[in-house]
Amino acid sequence: MTQLILEQALNGLQFGLMLFLLAAGLTLVFGIMDMINLAHGSLYMAGAYLTAAATQASGSFMVGIATAMLATAVLGALVEVTLLRRLYARNHLAQVLATFALILIANEVVRMIWGAQPVLLNTPEELAGPVRIGGFLYPAYRLLIIAVGALVAGLLYLLVSRTRVGMWVRAGASNREMTEALGINVRLLFTAVFAAGAALCALAGAMLGPLLAVQVGMGESILILAFVVIVIGGIGSIRGALVGSLLVGLVDTLGRAALPSLLRTFLSSEIASNLGPALASVLIYVLMASILVWRPEGLFPARS
Amino acid sequence: MRPARHLIAAAALLVLATSAYCAEVAKTTVKVGFLSTLSGPGAGLGIDIRDGFNLAMKTLNGKLGGLPAEVIIADDQQKPEVAQQVTEKFLKKDKVDFMTGIVFSNLMLAVGPAVFANQTYYISANAGPSQYAGAECSTFYFNVASQNDGLHEAVGKYVQDKGFKNVVLVAPNYPGGTDAMSGFKRFYKGKIGEEIYTKLGQLDYAAELAQIRSLKPDAVFFFLPGGMGINFVKQFVAAGLSADTQLFAPGFAADEDIIKAVGAPMLGMFNSSNWAHDLDNAENKRFVADFQKDYGRLPSLYASLGYDAAMLMNAAVRDVKGKLDDKTAVRRALEAKRFKSVRGEFTFNTNHNPIQNYYLRVIGKDAQGRITNKTMGTIFTNHPDAYVAQCKMQ
Repeated sequence: MTQLILEQALNGLQFGLMLFLLAAGLTLVFGIMDMINLAHGSLYMAGAYLTAAATQASGSFMVGIATAMLATAVLGALVEVTLLRRLYARNHLAQVLATFALILIANEVVRMIWGAQPVLLNTPEELAGPVRIGGFLYPAYRLLIIAVGALVAGLLYLLVSRTRVGMWVRAGASNREMTEALGINVRLLFTAVFAAGAALCALAGAMLGPLLAVQVGMGESILILAFVVIVIGGIGSIRGALVGSLLVGLVDTLGRAALPSLLRTFLSSEIASNLGPALASVLIYVLMASILVWRPEGLFPARS
Repeated sequence: MRPARHLIAAAALLVLATSAYCAEVAKTTVKVGFLSTLSGPGAGLGIDIRDGFNLAMKTLNGKLGGLPAEVIIADDQQKPEVAQQVTEKFLKKDKVDFMTGIVFSNLMLAVGPAVFANQTYYISANAGPSQYAGAECSTFYFNVASQNDGLHEAVGKYVQDKGFKNVVLVAPNYPGGTDAMSGFKRFYKGKIGEEIYTKLGQLDYAAELAQIRSLKPDAVFFFLPGGMGINFVKQFVAAGLSADTQLFAPGFAADEDIIKAVGAPMLGMFNSSNWAHDLDNAENKRFVADFQKDYGRLPSLYASLGYDAAMLMNAAVRDVKGKLDDKTAVRRALEAKRFKSVRGEFTFNTNHNPIQNYYLRVIGKDAQGRITNKTMGTIFTNHPDAYVAQCKMQ
């Protein structure tokens, strides 16, 4: 039993850390520029597709990831400079409409280039099997995801909380006008944040690609969870994004694993097996709602 | 609070799915509306049905029963609401004579009522929900594939005969998935470790695999067609479960599409099917050879079903001499089924579902070194579905 809980916790951790990579960029963009970017998931999709293409061309997954992160960062910066910059002054509705259009465009472009069927991106041969940790086997590739996710989370935390650039970012998130008045080039800062967020998206896409599927529309479903994460964590807060991601990852995984058998103890197995999966999938929204009731600004709001 | 509320609203907007379907049109007389899943993780299945159907049309020189035929192809994106939209267009605007192609049973159940009410014949080349074999059966529904439970019943029988004692079942939570579970359990009488229902279209099975590990079953039966199955088998192997646990699947989740994507880990897996590419009959040999020539890959069960669907339409149009408005005559012609199927002999039961053989296949290497299915024997001979008694055909 402890082994099962440990394994599910690792699964939750792995899922949560990948969500964090997406949520980190999203929360900063929203926190600093007050901009809702629905097309954040499209950068995740772009990252996955570029990784698949670059991996195929070079034969190396590492080269694939590096190329995709760089290319997606450039792509993100381009989109920011040419389009999103014009939307900052507008209201949320205009931003949502414009970036929703971006999703449609991105999906069609990917469909035109790579086709409607999922693209194959395999786990590197040496990581395809399981490794023994403690008393049980665990997929090596998922361990790598946990390691990469934890490393990036740590670096990001240091960057934001210990460096000058990080101070600008935090300042921008808590009071943009005041930061500008102090002589910080918030425009440039924001392009940089956006590009970095895009690179993190690409990393998430690259890491999850072999585990899930590289396909058109892959960004939307995961972005919904990323939104939930930043609402829970508090908008603009890296720490909130991390805590929110891990919460959502753990609750989702444990809920899916434990709810059906839990329900079976007091319901008929027919009802439990139907109700369990349905309940499990709304569990994270229940979590979000209850946290909002308790703390309407999220757990760690940047502008408190 | 405001930003948070905007974010939630924005996330809700994301749920709205998008993009139009594409249609390929050519002007002629017999009209077929081909609606299938041609994008996303389930696309491999729809594409095989389409390619099988198109191959039959090529063999028939683009004609059905001697009349020039127009096949309108559309993608349902595996979404019930898209399927309903396209069906509406097929029925009202294109006025098709036949519909076919749907892979997923939840989509079949979503469009069925409109098709039957419009008195349009639906020839199912895959989806065989228990509802349409039993209480909700319709004179306008013909299943050229198999009632959903069939393949699962065959695996259940085999797993029972082989003496497995503790089996975990995995299937998506949708009508095809519940049919899979009940089909398997109808013939497997041992202990069920757990019935795990997953979300339809789920791609990450970490939580389920951990659960399977803790249950320590001697076999796992999974019905996860398309991309779901590809990911499940890959992740099953990556988690190190394949050493102690035997995998069983219906042919739906162990066919050429999944074998191609997964490769060697599939070796030695037993599965069931009502068709196999090595079945020894003249029609099948021609079909398999032509398919490989045109598409450069081995056909799957799905492709054979698309092929048979076209051949059934061809026979019916021919037998009514093109008088497709005489609905009763068309029904009689379809019921008579005067064509040779690539799976050998089968007949329609009173509920328009097949009475047919089910075979045992194992995945191995063929003479050319390709990893593929090989037929091992017959599990059921002339096997009807379990719901026929509930069908009161009008």
